[in-house]
Amino acid sequence: MEKKIKKVDLIFGKVDYLDILDKSLQRSRDEIILDVIDSGLRGRGGAGFPTGLKWKFAKNEEADQKYVICNADEGEPGTFKDREILTEAPEKVLAGMALCGYCIGATEGYIYLRMEYNFLLPQLHEQIDAFNKQMKERNFEFTIFIRSGSGAYVCGEETALMESMEGKRGEPRNKPPFPTSQGYLGKPTSVNNVETLVFALMIAKEGPTKFKEMGTFDSRGSKVFSVSGDTPTPGIYELELGMTLEQFVEEFGDGDTKAVQVGGASGFCVARKHFKETLIGFEGIPTGGSMMIFNSTRSMYNILHDYLEFMEEESCGQCTPCRVGCQQLLKGIEAVKKGNKQPSYLEELQKLSDTMRIASKCGLGQSVPNPFNSIINNFREEIIY
Amino acid sequence: MSKYKVNLKINNIPVSVDEGTSILEAARTLNFTIPTLCHHDDLCVAGNCRVCVVEQKGNRVLPAACATPVSEGMEIMTNSLKVRQARKHVVELLLSEHNADCTKCFKNGSCELQDMSNDYRIGDHVFLDLVKDRERVKDISSPSIEKDDSKCIRCQRCVRTCADLQAVSALAVTHKGNEMKISTFLDKPMNDVVCTNCGQCINRCPTAALTERNYIDEVFDAIYDPKKFVVVQTAPATRVAIGEEFGMKPGTRVTGKMVTALRRLGFDKVLDTDFTADLTIMEEGTELLTRLKEALVEGKEVALPMLTSCSPGWIKFQEHLYPEFLDNLSTCKSPQQMFGPLAKTYYAEKVNKNPADMVVVSIMPCTAKKFEAERPEMRGSGYKDVDYVLTTRELGMMIHQAGIDFQKLEDERYDNILGESTGAAVIFGTTGGVMEAALRTAYEIVTGKEVPFTNLNIKPVRGMEGIKEASVKIKDVKPEWSFLEGVELNVAIAHGLANAKVVMDKIKDGSANYHFVEVMGCPSGCIGGGGQPMPTNMEIRKQRAAGIYEEDEGLTIRKSHENPEVQEIYQSFLHEPLGHRSHDLLHTHYVPRKRH
Repeated sequence: MEKKIKKVDLIFGKVDYLDILDKSLQRSRDEIILDVIDSGLRGRGGAGFPTGLKWKFAKNEEADQKYVICNADEGEPGTFKDREILTEAPEKVLAGMALCGYCIGATEGYIYLRMEYNFLLPQLHEQIDAFNKQMKERNFEFTIFIRSGSGAYVCGEETALMESMEGKRGEPRNKPPFPTSQGYLGKPTSVNNVETLVFALMIAKEGPTKFKEMGTFDSRGSKVFSVSGDTPTPGIYELELGMTLEQFVEEFGDGDTKAVQVGGASGFCVARKHFKETLIGFEGIPTGGSMMIFNSTRSMYNILHDYLEFMEEESCGQCTPCRVGCQQLLKGIEAVKKGNKQPSYLEELQKLSDTMRIASKCGLGQSVPNPFNSIINNFREEIIY
Repeated sequence: MSKYKVNLKINNIPVSVDEGTSILEAARTLNFTIPTLCHHDDLCVAGNCRVCVVEQKGNRVLPAACATPVSEGMEIMTNSLKVRQARKHVVELLLSEHNADCTKCFKNGSCELQDMSNDYRIGDHVFLDLVKDRERVKDISSPSIEKDDSKCIRCQRCVRTCADLQAVSALAVTHKGNEMKISTFLDKPMNDVVCTNCGQCINRCPTAALTERNYIDEVFDAIYDPKKFVVVQTAPATRVAIGEEFGMKPGTRVTGKMVTALRRLGFDKVLDTDFTADLTIMEEGTELLTRLKEALVEGKEVALPMLTSCSPGWIKFQEHLYPEFLDNLSTCKSPQQMFGPLAKTYYAEKVNKNPADMVVVSIMPCTAKKFEAERPEMRGSGYKDVDYVLTTRELGMMIHQAGIDFQKLEDERYDNILGESTGAAVIFGTTGGVMEAALRTAYEIVTGKEVPFTNLNIKPVRGMEGIKEASVKIKDVKPEWSFLEGVELNVAIAHGLANAKVVMDKIKDGSANYHFVEVMGCPSGCIGGGGQPMPTNMEIRKQRAAGIYEEDEGLTIRKSHENPEVQEIYQSFLHEPLGHRSHDLLHTHYVPRKRH
């Protein structure tokens, strides 16, 4: 009855990416976009916007220039899968960008690389140069460039990322307008996660059906997970979507798992009692790949404290709910712990976090309530005592 | 381009507005006010304070009304329970990082955060105090602007003002998260950065994070010092704005009431900067004609176009950003700084006072004038020429403190000697005014005839357009000016330093062929100065400008060279424009400064 988690190898397996591109370039752009829509592929960075739709919006814009951006600003605590993809299968990422460029009508692509991954630059430059040459040989006008971040977590948010690329302070923009209509340098831009681009390439290779058949209704296909924490087998795994946390913990836990933080510091904490009914995916708890496993030796207060410290520092600081809210949540749990505030103050803070969820300007502030409420709700006593 | 109409509902009331309208503006058309803090009519949209969030049917989050354009079929609630809770939280959060010592605050009673706190009846708010100790140390290094980070709510109005309106960017956002703040290059003190002291940031700061350095107590001390003879001068633009401090409409002309109030405050003599504005025209007009003559007749290398020098914010901007063009600036001091040395020499002699016992106070629409008065060059009289500079707002405060019922005051007249002025001087207060005044006089000197514009109103140089250009063909000149016959005099007028930058870049790359350029550092000129009553916006500034032009038309003498006191001072004291005494007292030089 309990099916084993299926391991998949779409992302890392070697393919003839030039052959895929050559064949794709013979097809119409709409046809490929329809395949991507049909496959049900959703953004793998965490937010899960349907990739094909994003491409379609960008394609439908009329502009003298459009851009493809590969978001490699992988900064979510507990996520390290994009680093692995860029190390092991960079040519597939580049080909995915070219595919996107073909579909939306962009002639330039940019990789926005997390500063901490700058050690990858030499080899990436080499691969990009070779790839650009290959595109030129095919008379396909698409050139890839690389931009390095400066270490701000918020620059993984696509509009902040583009501000950063434009040489400005990395602060999220007001939306609308969305990047697909006014993105990098004001031009239509498709910003896609590293992993998403590779899946799109694989869908172009194999058609949407194989991908669609995996996973669940809302969460099709497979996903690369970064497994860390109290596990005997930390690492990168590409798994079919649709598993429950119970299955996941059975596979990766150390037998004493108390909670799993799904989706990093901006994700949710699931306690053991909810493992069984919690599905990993958009129907349940989505993740950009980060799976942090905690056993009974861990203090959930410390974990929450760490996350809030992280958010307090990584908020860009422009909007009130996020900038001040993060500080209040952090100082608030400290005050409760020390006894300077009554335990009931936690309810005030939870109300505040609800405001942060709906009133913050970008996804960063809007998702701080995820770890906050889920840890407080599951481990209230650990926070107070 | 024709605009599409978009239909939506706000609080269940249908409304149809132009495509591209924000929810905030759409709500205004239905007389719903959505509270705002970071939003300002003069500035680009930020959408960062989140006070203006509203509920949109079908939207998981609350969009910011200022930053979200309307869309077809949108249903908006501006005061739902969700909105109320979020808005209250936002105000509470802002208060928690704000040093809310309201009763001791310079902005008590005129603070937008305080108003909002009142509106939402934020009592004993629950969140923890987050004001950092180091923020409690004010930056008082600048003689013009005080910066108090403990009052800052990070709305970035000042940053946008400094960058977009003024092209200076002395203030910028630095750091992130809990450390995010508004700061200067390398956190240097305000007197050590590219700041021009224009004070536009103060005009738009919703709290007391940025205020003028105030000298109210010093001035009262001088007034009540029996040994001191305290004279006050008032700038052109104050007389159409000071009324706003007492609830009167922007642009209301209250010159007479202001004079009465100043007398009741105890100033020994109430005099007028307008007098030296007229004098400026004589000096600057002559300087322009001299430069033209040197260029056209003598073939000398002369710095043209000549740039006006009345606006000290503009002067410092030039010194920092275009130091290679300092020779183009007129050497004339600003009217304030012409007044100072004349008061302590010519005037002192006339009224038989020892200049050492004199105190010269200026009432200015300007904060940069505070810095200007401190410049080492401004000691032509042998003393500090102008002792204290107060903004229009500070004068308002003094009148309040003294219990003077401003609105009910009778009109009185300025004292004589340095008190007589013309319409040409009054219009110095608005953009284009110096140009118009200069043309009225220069044209007449050269041709012997009045400027060829109905009723002396040179309309092409008026109005709120950022950069105005005009050409005046000079015809039928007097014999001594024959070299100007048929010359097309090209002039330009810019207000706000961002516009000034555009003009300077055109001059720099050679794409403009101007002879004379008027620049005012502040948007709309002095009527929009950094020391004027708050709030400010284009509508208010237009009303003040209208007041200025009414004042001009109401005066019998409207040309600077016809000012009898000006004629008198040239006869008995200065002898001629650009003469030896003028050089000593009325002209100055400039110093190149660094960008950082």
